[in-house]
Amino acid sequence: MPQAIAAVNDFVVKFANVNGSGSASANELFARSILRMGVPVSPRNIFPSNIQGLPTWYEVRVTEKGYLGRRGGGVDMMVAMNPQTWAEDVKEVSPGGYLFYDSTKPMPSSMFREDINVIGVPLTAITNATYSDARQRQLFKNIIYVGALSVLLDIDDNEIKRLFGEQFKGKEKLLDSNVKALNLGRDWVKQHVDAAAVKLKVRRADNVGDRIFVEGNNAAALGAVYGGATVCAWYPITPSSSLAEAFQAHCKKLRHDKDSGKAKYAIVQAEDELASIGIVIGAAWNGSRAFTSTSGPGISLMTEFIGLASFAEVPAVIVNVQRGGPSTGMPTRTQQSDLLSCAYASNGDTKHVLLFPEDPGECFDFTADALDLADRLQTPVFVMTDLDIGMNHRLCKPFHWDEQRAIDRGKVMTAADLDAGKTFGRYLDVDGDGIPFRTYPGTHPTKGAYFTRGTTKDEYARYSEEGAVYVRNMERLQKKFVTAAKIAPQPVRYSSPKPTRYGVIYFGSTTPAMAEALDQLEAAGDHVNALRVRAFPFAQGVEDFIHEHDRIFIVEQNRDAQLRTMLMSEFVLDGRKLVPVLHYDGTPITARFISAGIARELGQLKIVSFEKAAS
Amino acid sequence: MTYIAKPRLHHPSLVKNKAGYTRRDYEGAVSTLCAGCGHDSISAAIIQASYELDVLPHQIAKLSGIGCSSKAPTYFLGASHGFNTVHGRMPSVMTGANLANKNLVYMGVSGDGDSASIGLGQFAHIMRRGVNMTYIVMNNGVYGLTKGQFSATADKGSISKKGVANSDEPIDLVSLAILMGATFVGRSFSGDKHQLVPLIKAAMAHKGAAFLDVISPCVAFNNHPGSTKSYDYVREHNEALNRIDFIESREEITTSYDPGTLTTVRQHDGSILRLRKLGEEYDASDKVAAMKRVQEGMAAGEVVTGLLYVDPSPKDLHHHLNTVDVALNMLGDADLCPGPSALDRINAGLRLSDTSSPCWAASLAASSGPPSCPWPWASCSPNSAAPSRARSPWAARPWAASAVPRWALPSAYGWSCGRAARAPAWCSPGSP
Repeated sequence: MPQAIAAVNDFVVKFANVNGSGSASANELFARSILRMGVPVSPRNIFPSNIQGLPTWYEVRVTEKGYLGRRGGGVDMMVAMNPQTWAEDVKEVSPGGYLFYDSTKPMPSSMFREDINVIGVPLTAITNATYSDARQRQLFKNIIYVGALSVLLDIDDNEIKRLFGEQFKGKEKLLDSNVKALNLGRDWVKQHVDAAAVKLKVRRADNVGDRIFVEGNNAAALGAVYGGATVCAWYPITPSSSLAEAFQAHCKKLRHDKDSGKAKYAIVQAEDELASIGIVIGAAWNGSRAFTSTSGPGISLMTEFIGLASFAEVPAVIVNVQRGGPSTGMPTRTQQSDLLSCAYASNGDTKHVLLFPEDPGECFDFTADALDLADRLQTPVFVMTDLDIGMNHRLCKPFHWDEQRAIDRGKVMTAADLDAGKTFGRYLDVDGDGIPFRTYPGTHPTKGAYFTRGTTKDEYARYSEEGAVYVRNMERLQKKFVTAAKIAPQPVRYSSPKPTRYGVIYFGSTTPAMAEALDQLEAAGDHVNALRVRAFPFAQGVEDFIHEHDRIFIVEQNRDAQLRTMLMSEFVLDGRKLVPVLHYDGTPITARFISAGIARELGQLKIVSFEKAAS
Repeated sequence: MTYIAKPRLHHPSLVKNKAGYTRRDYEGAVSTLCAGCGHDSISAAIIQASYELDVLPHQIAKLSGIGCSSKAPTYFLGASHGFNTVHGRMPSVMTGANLANKNLVYMGVSGDGDSASIGLGQFAHIMRRGVNMTYIVMNNGVYGLTKGQFSATADKGSISKKGVANSDEPIDLVSLAILMGATFVGRSFSGDKHQLVPLIKAAMAHKGAAFLDVISPCVAFNNHPGSTKSYDYVREHNEALNRIDFIESREEITTSYDPGTLTTVRQHDGSILRLRKLGEEYDASDKVAAMKRVQEGMAAGEVVTGLLYVDPSPKDLHHHLNTVDVALNMLGDADLCPGPSALDRINAGLRLSDTSSPCWAASLAASSGPPSCPWPWASCSPNSAAPSRARSPWAARPWAASAVPRWALPSAYGWSCGRAARAPAWCSPGSP
């Protein structure tokens, strides 16, 4: 008898399925039922660029402590439903872990491992005996294994039934058939398996609170609604497509005129990303708030237009749901590898504003904020989310909207202003922040019209290739960038309980893993202060943090340490002080990876400090 | 003389149109194009058409791409906002501008390189979306600004100034526009003002995608013998199918013609197009016949001009998207932001089950019947009684310190928003 991993409310279950078999819904049901018991979960889809047939996984981390990052290491229980990936799935189970499989067909013992616990349930036999329709067999097999797992792990089946009840409200036939399938799995396990032998258990807790469970793409789309976006242009690309689709869904509920039924928004699925960003720029030039959502390859295509918007000073919001690059790269895997390509997109000297949300909650906030910032700064603003945040359900604090908050359209001169004799120079900095006033087309019959262009121009939008005029304009744009650093989201700092010379800088989807990693380091006696960067241009607080520490670890999910490169060049820093900790295999970064990486470096540093002491 | 600014003073006796503006109010800066350039004649025709249509100068938005033709908007409609975009991508910018404000008149100006070479994709897609606009291509068959390379509309066999014959098939933008769903398609010649001005007026009144291909000889690089886009060639081969009289809905019709020589087309806005027959029978409302006649002309080496195709009741992009009557850029906070109470309902729904697409609950349904998506907050509607939101938005940033989620903190850590020694400057947003 192999040893058995024992854990309550702290384990990882991974489902190995075939894409398109309807397993995603059942797996999500499993995750939600645990949430309903007050125990936080953090599920992640690991899926191929495929619609049907290829392997797909769903990893559920059950975490009473609320560590929402990917744990890493082996899994505690594998629900192996895909013969294609059987060998690698079995291998991934930690020693003492559990393998749950469909035991309808006998399998040779060589297919298993001696150091793990095997639980066979004849799922196919049960479904075939109960259902005749092929599609029903496939779908209900998934519900049956959820039923079986609920007995093994002590998940309250009433919570699952309540979830069914909410989903199939008014469709009692569906409700009944799903409950029946659930009970088929439960009854079989109760009769044939000693559930007590499985020592992974879910115990009711109260650690979920009022948090919501939502995907980042959905949240960002809602942020666009609240931020007042009226024009959305997009081109389908994984992993961002569900963002524009969610915007459509939200608008259908929230943005139709009650009386006429007409739409207070316009969504265009463009012919490519060039057209998407062109439509956004045209709409924003004309006074609408507009955004597009895309991923890395889309940014590559948009680059010329981004330069135009920056130089002609037209607002634009681009939500970049990053994936593995370069080129087509890993379309269904996550990375933070578009920082440089977004921050400095375009030919010539350009810099752009980037926001780094940590979770769906900040996807909502930052997308709404980006629309304000783009209008305020009259420039493109990127919301740099990624697949890990965008396409996975994540627990986060409820969305919040201040009753008093108003749309900030920035410096817009009206017909009344022009009639009152205010001086209008489209590129004239009247108050020293580098941001000029603009007029919307159609404002005034004789005043305020100007020609928008990507060529160099003077303060009054007149074409000029004169060196002094060009330099004046470029310096004003730099001044505007300094203003951006002050009004963009500021960094968030966490202090170790003990004074330390070491700091760590991170951003975006690394956040949940970092929270756990800092706990691990602290427990091991390694004290580190932490700073989460939330925007580029970097705030003064980022530079201060770097100068306050002897060594800074910079944790990123890309190969080339892109944030580190930007910090070094923007603040003119000595790179030897900035130690990169890089994770870029396409899977979300884990706490174990971060803490091990930092602990290793700290160990080496301690040797150096001994030498120092000896000298 | 292009460095001399135009005097802004008008002669007091200049005739004003019904909108109260003189023809000069529709002019722009002095042209920097070559003397004799066809594009300047088209600019003059646009000025004339706008003046005669009594449109308020600032109610027109003019957009262009890159090239000689795309420089032209500087030289007309100086009181209108203009946007010189990037090469070949003006159509998408114009689409966005049109979505933002459906109440302006949109004038897109492009060239054959801009629309048929680098921008062919966007050209096709703006036509098929039915953006309400007038899209003019100043077509000279060459790249002027880069000194005379062939463009994609150059005819096969046409000889360049350097003596090279073009071996590629030409792209006919008129055929493409008709095929892609443009609802008003004409071709004209920069040297024929009497044909061109009424065509532009009719196109501007048309409430859908209107396209005009205007052959506009390049005096510097494509006006020599052997070119099929020279003044001489176009004059010799111009086959005008009809002449338009554009009559605005409010104008009284005074001229009379012999019956049988006229076709009357009433556009959706009430304006009337009288098509005077020139020789052959031609029905401009017959799309298939139009395609056939244009292709026949090409095969015969003719430059077929006139109003080639018109759908008098077009449906534009805003119709397809069912947008509200007021321009989207005029909608205020109460229209756009659903407010905190709607958000509370959304939050409640996201605690129970998720409402995002794809609908996971629907895919659970194993029985037949349409899948349904349960939105727990389906009953919520935009907050109609939105409170006044006059306060500075910077005071209400969600990224203020309180936004840091407690559960995201490492449990062993206290967190601070600032250092003890200094004021937490980066804790609260800086003032703009």
